[in-house]
Amino acid sequence: MTNLTFPQLSRRKALLGAVGVGLTVDFLGSRTWAAVDDDLARKKLVVIVCRGGLDGLSLSPPVGDRNYANLRGSIAIPSFGQAGGALRLDDTFGLHPSLAAVHALADKGEARIAPAVATPDRERSHFEAQDVLESGAAVVYGTASGWLNRALETMGPPGKVKAISIGPTAPLILRGRIEAASWSPGGGAQHDSRLPGILQDLYANDPLLGPALASGVMTQAMAKVAASDGAPPDPSPAAGDAMSAGAGASGDAMLRPVLARGLPQARKLGATLAGFMVQPGGEQIAAVSIDGFDTHANQGAAQGQLATRLGYVDAFIDALASGLGPSWSDTVVVMTTEFGRTARVNGTGGTDHGTASTALVLGGGLKKGGIIGDWPTLQQARLFENRDTAPTLDMRGLFKGVLRDHLGVDRAALDNTVFPGSATVAPAANVV
Amino acid sequence: MAIDKDLEAAIAVTRFGLGAKPGEIGRARGDPQGFLADQIRTQGAELADSSGAGSIARMGEFLAYQQERKTARLDGDPKSDPVKIAAKLIRQDTGADFLARVRLGAATDAGFRERWALFWANHFTVSANKLATATLVGPFESEAIRPHVFGRFEPLLVASSSHPAMLIYLDQAQSIGPGSRRAAFAAQGGRRAGLNENLAREIMELHTVAVDAGYTQADVTEFAKAMTGWSVAGAREPEGLRGRFIFREGAHEPGARTIMGRRYAENGAGQALAVMKDLAGSPHTARHIAVKLGRHFVADDPPPSLTARLERVYLSTDGDLGQVARALISAPESWDPQARKFKMPYEFMVSSWRLAGVDPDRLEVVAPTMTAMGQKPFSAPSPKGWSEAAQDWCAPDAVIKRMAWSEGLADKAAGDRDPSQLAVEALGPRLTSAVAKAVSRAETRSEGLSILLMSPEFQRR
Repeated sequence: MTNLTFPQLSRRKALLGAVGVGLTVDFLGSRTWAAVDDDLARKKLVVIVCRGGLDGLSLSPPVGDRNYANLRGSIAIPSFGQAGGALRLDDTFGLHPSLAAVHALADKGEARIAPAVATPDRERSHFEAQDVLESGAAVVYGTASGWLNRALETMGPPGKVKAISIGPTAPLILRGRIEAASWSPGGGAQHDSRLPGILQDLYANDPLLGPALASGVMTQAMAKVAASDGAPPDPSPAAGDAMSAGAGASGDAMLRPVLARGLPQARKLGATLAGFMVQPGGEQIAAVSIDGFDTHANQGAAQGQLATRLGYVDAFIDALASGLGPSWSDTVVVMTTEFGRTARVNGTGGTDHGTASTALVLGGGLKKGGIIGDWPTLQQARLFENRDTAPTLDMRGLFKGVLRDHLGVDRAALDNTVFPGSATVAPAANVV
Repeated sequence: MAIDKDLEAAIAVTRFGLGAKPGEIGRARGDPQGFLADQIRTQGAELADSSGAGSIARMGEFLAYQQERKTARLDGDPKSDPVKIAAKLIRQDTGADFLARVRLGAATDAGFRERWALFWANHFTVSANKLATATLVGPFESEAIRPHVFGRFEPLLVASSSHPAMLIYLDQAQSIGPGSRRAAFAAQGGRRAGLNENLAREIMELHTVAVDAGYTQADVTEFAKAMTGWSVAGAREPEGLRGRFIFREGAHEPGARTIMGRRYAENGAGQALAVMKDLAGSPHTARHIAVKLGRHFVADDPPPSLTARLERVYLSTDGDLGQVARALISAPESWDPQARKFKMPYEFMVSSWRLAGVDPDRLEVVAPTMTAMGQKPFSAPSPKGWSEAAQDWCAPDAVIKRMAWSEGLADKAAGDRDPSQLAVEALGPRLTSAVAKAVSRAETRSEGLSILLMSPEFQRR
């Protein structure tokens, strides 16, 4: 039998040899698929959704744009080389000074910006825009499932490529027919409890609780393995206390959200996610939500509330990238938001709901290149409705480019099911 | 709908109320609808018994804290102990307010009234996302929401929109008309002062007509201009005014405004009131509220016949919320035997305490647990409030957290009680034979109670 020789040969030689002895096209076809599948099995994608409308002009300040400083006034990020100045990307753009780790990746060609991206929604409503961003539909409330889940459907039978959301609630982007795991810091059921087994029986016909419990139990077990492998899902203090009555968390712990408890926690969350993803059979797709970007007042510049948030983002990404180790070269991270903010500072040291914002794309295998998409500039005549950064790139195009070139999702599926009715939106080329 | 009184009583207590205390389903059995109707009262809902300090006192403390922080910063020690202690005390007040509300829910005999109040507090969300709103969110509920929940909608809208908590939460307090005297004065001093449209937008989108009502960006901006001047008296104002609503004439944008096709003459603070009156009376608002009520009380996707009924009653009674509440409980669609609503963490925990007879008196246990299940106290993720969608609450991790908490509660509370009897008390005829059997087969009383709390029937209402 020809296939007995496979172990001695490289896959390529084996395939050629198979042709030589006249094996059927079917056989050859399935082998080719296997080769592609092996490739897919290494790929990882993390989508970070920054909720509230992240100010792109602070994330990647265009300090070289002649109108930037004037429009932004007190919240302008200083230019390159100045105290608290932007970290240089090119002549026009820098990164916010809180994003030192992201900047170090950019220096290696492992982080790029798309500075004028927007969803197809123009209503400036958080909820509508988040719905469009996550559902992938062209119009608001167009579909009840998320585009990342529908993309999973194209990658094979359920369970082949696994997905996880980080945080206690399931985000729309990952909702749909394929079950996804979820995880947040904190303990699970008591040691050697019978309860999970009993409940799994009771939930046998429960479409909501049954799959959720099964997936949760599995993830708990994985977290234990990740911990014993030296990956660090050691629960954050406050959430851990939640499970043991009488533990001494202080009353004010309630006022601090999961990702806002400080840099060490943000870092830990990134490392934990990396721990899940590098395990054999671990999740390849992850969705992460970060709240708190709705900076209507006192958003600050090099320092201040937005700077603090961006610091958490930086720590999270840094820990994720280093935790992934060699897998970083097979990983793409896309960070985006529902809309940008007004180009002008408002009367209260903040910015109001706008249109285009910056998306960050990171990963060890990015193509070299400058910004993704065009920069419309901040000339008054170019501002969208004389107010916002004008969109030059449809966010679906960016997602489509990543799904096609990184995960091999084919164009027809992208146009019709992952992003329904988006045939006219071309996938962004030369990103991955 | 022909369902028997026992089942109707169980639905009244679990779906419309906050879950059964032992004996409660029995008390509702004689007249389940009357049991609910008797809880509707013009003076509104109970106030949670907290420190009793209102928003004026809280704002006073907060302003003193800000002053202290400013002084400390000038002294070069922005994180001095007095500043830290002051911030901590303010946070403790917030925690005490939340705990008082949770204890009210766990103890009250008027579960429907409390649920109705919680619905409106969520409709007019103020989130404790900054220290100033954290210290005011409890007083906001007591002062702006609870007294008004069975009155007409318009006074509730005005009370919410003029309360310092809302004015600060959605940045209205600092909004200044670009053509106002104050803006001109600021420009002379080289400062920028201007419009902030956050509250105006959310009043239209979330509190009244909703986003499909056909308004434009220009309508939002015009409404924001009409609202300029609505603010909160701060440290520079005379002491008697501090922390109260104030209309700053000098910040108000002069002139008439046109919003959604209607013209509003210049009338100072009254201009925004006139807009709110029209928003409250709009058929779009009637529909929005009817759908939200149906979604909260009956199903994520409520029957159109139910919401049409509520909409009609809202419009024919000039937005009388007591009448809308009566329409809700007398509608046959509300009594669908199938429980379609999945409990949010707050509802799940309160109903568990009610059944187990536990007084949740320890914030350090309650708050982190609710946070871990996805519902951080007083901290809805956005002005839209907490989600009503089952899918948002039953992520795998959240179900694991519920299970872990149920085990802990059952360990403490099972005592020598019979879990099978508690199952009957909790669910009445909603108890299925599968759950009854699993509870009766439990190895320990504690295991039996945790099975009951995690059963599909108890997780829903």
